[in-house]
Amino acid sequence: MLDAPVKQHLIDPEICIRCNTCEATCPVDAITHDDNNYVVDAAKCNFCMDCIPPCPTGSIDNWFVVNKVFSIEDQFSWLELPPKPPEAETSTADALDDEAQHLLDEAHTGAGGHVPAPASAAKPRINLFNRAKPAIATVTGNLRITAPDTDSDVRHIILDFGTVAFPLLEGQSIGIVPPGRDANGRSHTMRLYSIASPRDGERPNTNNLAITVKRVHEPRDDGTMFAGIASNFLCDLTLGATIEVIGPFGATFLMPDDPDADIVMICTGTGSAPFRGFTERRRRTASTPRGRLHLYFGARTPGELPYFGPLQRLPETLIVKELVYSRIPEQPREYVQDRMRSRSASLAALLAKDTLHIYICGVHGLESGAEAALTDIAANAGLDWSALRARMRAEGRFHVETY
Amino acid sequence: MPDGMTIDYDGLIPNNVDLATDQRVRKALETWHPGYIDWWKDMGPEGFQQSLVYLRTAIGVDPKGWAKFDYVKMPEYKWGILLAPAAEGRTIPFGKHKGEPAWQDVPGEYRAMLRRLIVVQGDTEPASVEQQRHLGATAPSLYDMRNLFQVNVEEGRHLWAMVYLLHKYFGADGREEAEELLQRRSGNQDTPRMLGAFNEATPDWLSFFMFTYFTDRDGKMQLEALAQSGFDPLSRTCRFMLTEEAHHMFVGDSGVQRVVERTVQAMQQAGITDPTDIASVRALGVIDLPTIQKKMNLHFSLTLDLFGNEISTNAANAFNAGIKGRYREDKLDDDHALIDATYPVLRCIDGQIVEQQAPALSALNMRLRDDYVKDCESGVGRWNRVIEKAGFGFRLKLPHVAFNRAIGEFAAIHADTEGNLLDGTAWNERKGAFLPDDADAAYISSLMVPVHETGKFASWIAPPRVGIDNKPGDFEYVQIVQ
Repeated sequence: MLDAPVKQHLIDPEICIRCNTCEATCPVDAITHDDNNYVVDAAKCNFCMDCIPPCPTGSIDNWFVVNKVFSIEDQFSWLELPPKPPEAETSTADALDDEAQHLLDEAHTGAGGHVPAPASAAKPRINLFNRAKPAIATVTGNLRITAPDTDSDVRHIILDFGTVAFPLLEGQSIGIVPPGRDANGRSHTMRLYSIASPRDGERPNTNNLAITVKRVHEPRDDGTMFAGIASNFLCDLTLGATIEVIGPFGATFLMPDDPDADIVMICTGTGSAPFRGFTERRRRTASTPRGRLHLYFGARTPGELPYFGPLQRLPETLIVKELVYSRIPEQPREYVQDRMRSRSASLAALLAKDTLHIYICGVHGLESGAEAALTDIAANAGLDWSALRARMRAEGRFHVETY
Repeated sequence: MPDGMTIDYDGLIPNNVDLATDQRVRKALETWHPGYIDWWKDMGPEGFQQSLVYLRTAIGVDPKGWAKFDYVKMPEYKWGILLAPAAEGRTIPFGKHKGEPAWQDVPGEYRAMLRRLIVVQGDTEPASVEQQRHLGATAPSLYDMRNLFQVNVEEGRHLWAMVYLLHKYFGADGREEAEELLQRRSGNQDTPRMLGAFNEATPDWLSFFMFTYFTDRDGKMQLEALAQSGFDPLSRTCRFMLTEEAHHMFVGDSGVQRVVERTVQAMQQAGITDPTDIASVRALGVIDLPTIQKKMNLHFSLTLDLFGNEISTNAANAFNAGIKGRYREDKLDDDHALIDATYPVLRCIDGQIVEQQAPALSALNMRLRDDYVKDCESGVGRWNRVIEKAGFGFRLKLPHVAFNRAIGEFAAIHADTEGNLLDGTAWNERKGAFLPDDADAAYISSLMVPVHETGKFASWIAPPRVGIDNKPGDFEYVQIVQ
């Protein structure tokens, strides 16, 4: 887990009128009051957001990222909110939503420590929509992007927000809660999907985004098939269907806006989604970028490599494509770390540059293979990878998001 | 359908009470509907019926997104019938039927009592709309205008809520009562509204804020008490109304606070150190604190009369019958029957104000009033903090409960705001020091000029700290079409 500070839900005593609506609404009894104030017990609040829409004043909508939580007694004594911690501290939170924050914390563990956003990244908006108040999106595209003759059904799903503003940045994620209930009668847990589009939409100035979803349909050890609830729900969506979208989430795994930045993007499968967003952003904005994109992208076969077709059309001046396959008949299995090693000269030169940003996205375990390769490549170039990595991390230049 | 959570938006009347299959009630309500719209057009907000107002409409009873905000023309507002979801296995929480399953139908023996309670509650809803109908013309900002209209349409919805109960559960009598709710008129000599405070004029915006702070808060207390009712449909109706009522409290609470804020700010800027130097403060185009105090005295005392007699057999009967509980009965820790309990009541005996123990059952009005007074003090404390922060020694204070009363123990006497008894002569001499007089009214009225520019506010009121629905300061809350 990251050593991130804690997010705390607070009520502004100067604005609150003590109408009791929040306390009556809270399903977990996290809200209580004395003669002075209405307060939220940080130990009980689960960020379900049920209390937010009914509050008539807006006093309920305060979120501080703190190193030490304010106790109920602290809050009872307030006449006004304490000064808000400086923005720099709060901006590293990826979500205000515990569920989403937890998922992102887990996904980011592979970086080995806390990573801020790149210095040149645009300022992200997070948590504009939550479970209580999701954005409604219409499905305007659902396209299989793996070859029809493969077992891997990966889909490019386009979600249009109509007139609702859903500001996003490349590298951010959205949350989807599949409809229906689990075996215990509870709402399903949230799933996060990386946004595969650049910030201005699938085509410039469209109010939509795409996600890349692999249908989970796997044999179990006992011979039955496991069908992923969320992935099958999404992959089966028909055009015109509407779904609830939460987010956006993510304030660290963001693209540098600096056109001089070199970006190494290491991924497998649907981990390519954020990099499609990065690539498209760079292609649309930088006519003569000095920095280049370097994509190390692994799949079993070309047919199973998402976005194989569109990738072919991108010019080498924009992006160096290292497409790596592990199941080509009669050829040795090659993984991304193998390809990285065979490009050590190029990567070593990049490692020496302060403009280099490295991003790893895909299945859990991908980062250890990439790490091993980078350690060796750095050592051969006389560099200490772990020291370099710590520096890149501190500067927001080394990011991992694996699931 | 209905699981109590799904809102049917297909018919004329949005509802979660399965009107689609309840032919009788649907027909009754659809017959009542045109009369309601006529009433709204005649007696609702004057002059802005074609304007687009950024209103909150309740669209669900689930806290997850129970309302949406959008521009609406008021006559096209979706007045629906929304009850809070039924609590499974709910039992009657107090009185002699305590522990029995909550009634889903009206128990015959309490029919008249219930009908009376519902009609009285229902009568206050259109009354306040009528009292406030001229205020749109002098709104100090588009933000305030929008808040006024929000309060108005929701009072309209609360009328619907009560009318539904009358139509659904009280047959021909209920239909007749529902009709009469549209016939009475606030302040009318011949057909007045049922309760005194609802026949008083709301002449200016400070009165409106005071009304929503003090009088709507009485509404909240009454709804809280009815939300405890053993008659489940009434309980569910009131529980949902309380969610909306909270906004009305907010308008009053923050409205007065913004007036106070602007006044102390103007005094600071002008270097005025004595808040009672009324002439100098008024020269700044703001409302002086002593006048704000007088308005408070008036509205607080008028509202106390709504609680009825301190000692009341009606209240005891309603409690004993399981029809109307105490404020947050469910949070109280006693036997919920009160047979042998006592409660301290302020009484007027031989012209003196004394505290006496009275049977708790008979003292229920008093108890609700005590809870109310305590609730009122929270906001006054907040207003005082604004004054204190600005460095002034002046403090606003609720007047004594014996002050200026027309109903109950103190109707027969005169008292000053501290509760000291006054004879008739002294009262007449000093009345003007306690209550707004003609000169005060004329001054406040001179400030009531409309401000229609987005993000701008009249001279006598500060902007709000947070916009409605988190909108920015210059949001156009009302798109005016005359």
